[in-house]
Amino acid sequence: MSILDLFGNANKKTSKSDASAHWVKCKSCQSLMYYKEIEKQQFVCPKCGFHMRIGVNDRINILVDKDSFVEFDAGLKPVDPLRFVDKKSYVKRVEEGIAKTGRNSSVVSGECTINGIGTQLVVFDFAFMGGSLGSVEGEKILRAVTRAMEKRQGVIIVSASGGARMQESTFSLMQMSKTSAALARLAEEGLPYISLLTDPTMGGVSASFATLGDIIIVEPGALIGFAGQRVIEQTIGSALPEGFQRAEFLLEKGSIDMVVNRSEMKNTIADLLGIFLDQEPMTATRRREDSDDSDDDHEEEYKQSKILY
Amino acid sequence: MAIYLDFEQKIKQIQEDIISAEVRHDEHAVEILQKDLEKEVTKTYKNLSPFQELQLARHLDRPYALDYINLMMTNKYEIHGDRHFRDDAAILCYLGYIGGERVLVIGEQKGRGTKNKIKRNFGMPHPEGYRKALRAAKMAEKFNLPILMLIDTPGAYPGLGAEERNQSEAIARNLLELSMINTPTVSIVIGEGGSGGALAIGVADKLAMMRYSVFSVISPEGCAAILWNDPKKVEAATKALKVTSSDLKEFDLIDDIIEEPLIGAHRDKEGAANALKEYFLSQVTSLRALSESERMEQRYNRLTSVGAFEEDV
Repeated sequence: MSILDLFGNANKKTSKSDASAHWVKCKSCQSLMYYKEIEKQQFVCPKCGFHMRIGVNDRINILVDKDSFVEFDAGLKPVDPLRFVDKKSYVKRVEEGIAKTGRNSSVVSGECTINGIGTQLVVFDFAFMGGSLGSVEGEKILRAVTRAMEKRQGVIIVSASGGARMQESTFSLMQMSKTSAALARLAEEGLPYISLLTDPTMGGVSASFATLGDIIIVEPGALIGFAGQRVIEQTIGSALPEGFQRAEFLLEKGSIDMVVNRSEMKNTIADLLGIFLDQEPMTATRRREDSDDSDDDHEEEYKQSKILY
Repeated sequence: MAIYLDFEQKIKQIQEDIISAEVRHDEHAVEILQKDLEKEVTKTYKNLSPFQELQLARHLDRPYALDYINLMMTNKYEIHGDRHFRDDAAILCYLGYIGGERVLVIGEQKGRGTKNKIKRNFGMPHPEGYRKALRAAKMAEKFNLPILMLIDTPGAYPGLGAEERNQSEAIARNLLELSMINTPTVSIVIGEGGSGGALAIGVADKLAMMRYSVFSVISPEGCAAILWNDPKKVEAATKALKVTSSDLKEFDLIDDIIEEPLIGAHRDKEGAANALKEYFLSQVTSLRALSESERMEQRYNRLTSVGAFEEDV
């Protein structure tokens, strides 16, 4: 089994071929739901609040103003510098990824508006080789950050990744320092970077740009960590505590800023960009009313989220 | 007791013969045997497989960071702790001198002997180790000290406490901050360059590798387990991952290879330390010749130009 197989179910519920299957089962509460219905709910289970993994197109639709996304750098393609062959060749794995996703890499990047605020958006596609970080992905992030500096915009990176791409070995490892160096310059320019972590974000992605956001937002229940759970279990020789490396655990440990429901994601990001860039976001239709935060409410939300996992 | 790998057995034999010849005061035999040794070493090391180079990089007699520090530095003081949680003994920070140069040395330390291995956590740092390194680096920047970083780790530690204290962030923060630290920096892989845990002190103006060191995105063992589904395929994984210094130099992923003494760093620690010291001092001299903005621009370009891809226009 490869690391990709570990997460083989990613996007299954939302891929085109499965869209014709009308019913979807919630992985958490096992409820059966009509596909069109769950699509309207942004692939969040209405019964238990479970956030299903979603593909790039759905992610972009949820986050950006309608028809505002323009993709850049789609012509970048991976090469095989190491002529890497394990049980399969890297070339073959890339071909399979392209056949599966219709794209050349695990990153889609471009410009969009979010409640009217011009933004550089980078979205990882877990369906392409487990969202792994290789040379093309690193280059797309560098270019997105560079464009943001030219246009005085913020950067959003939505991560969903098993980590660095082994088949590019040290080339992929050094994408970690490449992207981090670019973000250091963005920070010097006083421009915001919001990192949105989705299920799962691990390894070299987690240990570089994903944890460098001015604000780090995580979807409920998402698995986020440096080392994989199996590796940790082997190292410490015992099972991991429940909820370990989940979004709510990270919030409790102080590793992230907030856990945000998918339905609130776009407005939250737009508002934060507005605060950082001193721009007024366009009023959205389902704008959350400001209310005083209460300790009790927070406790409730936290308990509920714990029940899910 | 010196430790010999299976492909070093002939070398071992000749070295033992030299010792007994020396005991006999047979200088003629010593002279002949020394020549034999040179020939044998040259022959053996010329045809090493990637897996053999990996074994050398992990050789238990190889000089560790602390050996280099002891051999290179004078008037040195170890500084401790991240000021938040604890002192991580897997990462060393030393202030002092190399040659006439005031320096900060940061090194990953594996530990020799069972007790020290445990103390050093086998050279696998926790987040507080990387945070200590960054704290020290910021101090070096403040006082305009060049920084030498010595990489030697199987990887950052994968454990409960490490995750709780945000290993990812500790590594990522170093990648970001070290890209901007305004003082000449040189990183050298002295043994094992294991993934993000190595890169966390591998962002610098110059990145070099000792001849028999390795650097890769994942340990060959980890790669074999994941991609081959078979931990025994370590040799195949080592070959596929292209981990040797000559591979990385060929791909332009590192700036230089530092040649080790003919007999290998593990048999001549002083020779290895001299080579490393000479390299470091010459790099600091040429980095000092650049203006600050030239040096920072050169570093940024070095870091951001890494990658192999095609582009359809």
